[in-house]
Amino acid sequence: MSRDMMGAFELYQPDTVENAVELLGRFGEDGWALAGGNDSLDWFKDRIKRPKYVVDISGIAALKGIRETADGGVEIGALTTLTEVERSEVITGRYKLLADAARRVASPQIRNSGTLGGNVCQDARCWYYRYGVDCYRAGGNRCYADTPEGQNREHCLWGADRCIAVSPSDTAPALVALDAKMVVLGPKGTREVPAEEFFIRPNVDIERMTVLEDGEVLTAIRIPAEWSGARFYFEKVADRNTWDFPLVNIAAAMVVSGAAGSEKVDKIRIVAGAVQCVPRRLTAVEAVVAGQPKTADTATLAGQSAVRGATPRNYNHFKIPLLQNLVTRAIRDA
Amino acid sequence: MADDNNGRSYPEPRFDSPSSKASSRRQFIKGVIASGAAVSSAGYLFTLAGCSREQGAARGIERMLMLNVNGQMRTVDVLPNETLAMTLRYKLGLTGTKLGCDRGECGACTVLLDDVASYSCSTLTHAVRNRAIMTIEGLEGANGELHVVQQAMIDELGPQCGFCTPGQIMSAVALLKANPKPTRDEARHAMSGNLCRCGAYDHYLNAVMRAAEVGERLSRA
Repeated sequence: MSRDMMGAFELYQPDTVENAVELLGRFGEDGWALAGGNDSLDWFKDRIKRPKYVVDISGIAALKGIRETADGGVEIGALTTLTEVERSEVITGRYKLLADAARRVASPQIRNSGTLGGNVCQDARCWYYRYGVDCYRAGGNRCYADTPEGQNREHCLWGADRCIAVSPSDTAPALVALDAKMVVLGPKGTREVPAEEFFIRPNVDIERMTVLEDGEVLTAIRIPAEWSGARFYFEKVADRNTWDFPLVNIAAAMVVSGAAGSEKVDKIRIVAGAVQCVPRRLTAVEAVVAGQPKTADTATLAGQSAVRGATPRNYNHFKIPLLQNLVTRAIRDA
Repeated sequence: MADDNNGRSYPEPRFDSPSSKASSRRQFIKGVIASGAAVSSAGYLFTLAGCSREQGAARGIERMLMLNVNGQMRTVDVLPNETLAMTLRYKLGLTGTKLGCDRGECGACTVLLDDVASYSCSTLTHAVRNRAIMTIEGLEGANGELHVVQQAMIDELGPQCGFCTPGQIMSAVALLKANPKPTRDEARHAMSGNLCRCGAYDHYLNAVMRAAEVGERLSRA
């Protein structure tokens, strides 16, 4: 079977998001929303996802751009490219965490066409699933990665439930750390979902990674003023510096008080990617660090508490010390 | 006669003389594209479901498009599921844009969309109908002279096998349009979306830095 050429589909290019939602609602399971195309076209070329109707939303001007909101936060249109996010003055100035995360996504060309909405909505990168096998996530009844022979170096440390795929996004942990809100438009109207609840686990729905239902579109991402100008730390570890998905990434936002040398962490949100099916908020670390002096001892303790309860698969034990060290660095160096 | 492992023999391949070979292959490919036979020949090469006229007509969008390619408006019949790389190579005959992986993982297909580097293999042609598309062919000067980046590639012995070169050049052109005086690190970062399996990365970087220098000298002159 050809794995190079896309099957035929009908293409629609609505000008407004309302039209897009109407079309996607009408097509249901046979429809597909296409933005930057970097994830979608791979699925189509592999003939694994074969939608009959593709709705190209990339021409909808209302979903692009970065706006400051009345409450002091920012609203980023879902179709804003990662390059625009990375270079935006307001993002680099006030929410550098997100700019740093966007800069580490894939390659320059992919960041030029890839959108922030697409980056958070991308599907699991488990290679068995991507190969088109009949695994749980694809509607079958087995997992090929969680077997004695399964190659699961990239897979999860927490939250395994039949599927052991991880959240592959670099921007998602940053958005959860910034307590962003995802604005979703669907046939039933608009709803706002906290980033932390936008991503779902396999025990909620094994075939989806986000709360988006058929016919719903992520239209914007709102970042509240609360973490504006806070102390940030983002680091991604991957096998290659370009293109690659994270083995583990870490995003932290913290408010620090006191003079240099005797600083204290007043509040903190810290989130790890690629260790669970959703960006994993490290609440144990937050509890250990909040209110404590920002010292090497606190950082070490934070690293240790980050990995408690981690359940590695056959080939991903290395992720435990990796995550521990990243958390330690985040607290120490932010 | 050459033997394979099974003892069967095949005629030795025959090559034309160097002079005729130089013109024949490219001329032949361009000829079949111009004559409209591209569909069958390209289909032979790529089992090209994504570029064949036999597929049923789609509703939703108009298939006839006006595309702004290298400053010219070109009319072309584009399928809904056709990538820009396919359209450029097999409908418009612009074979300077290469297809390496067809998955956005190598950069050989890099073209400029409104002066921004993009993977044409991972872009639907219909999604760029209002954009200015520039391919490697569009870099040629009015009298056929090379672009400053192309000349720098030659002077610095940038390419080795040359397959990734058009993509590398387009990334370099995009960089220099946005940032005419990049540091070597900025250039390395900007070129990081283009693979070179020969490993000529440092040569390419030397060429980008030379092109920036020459470009600056020209703009001052």
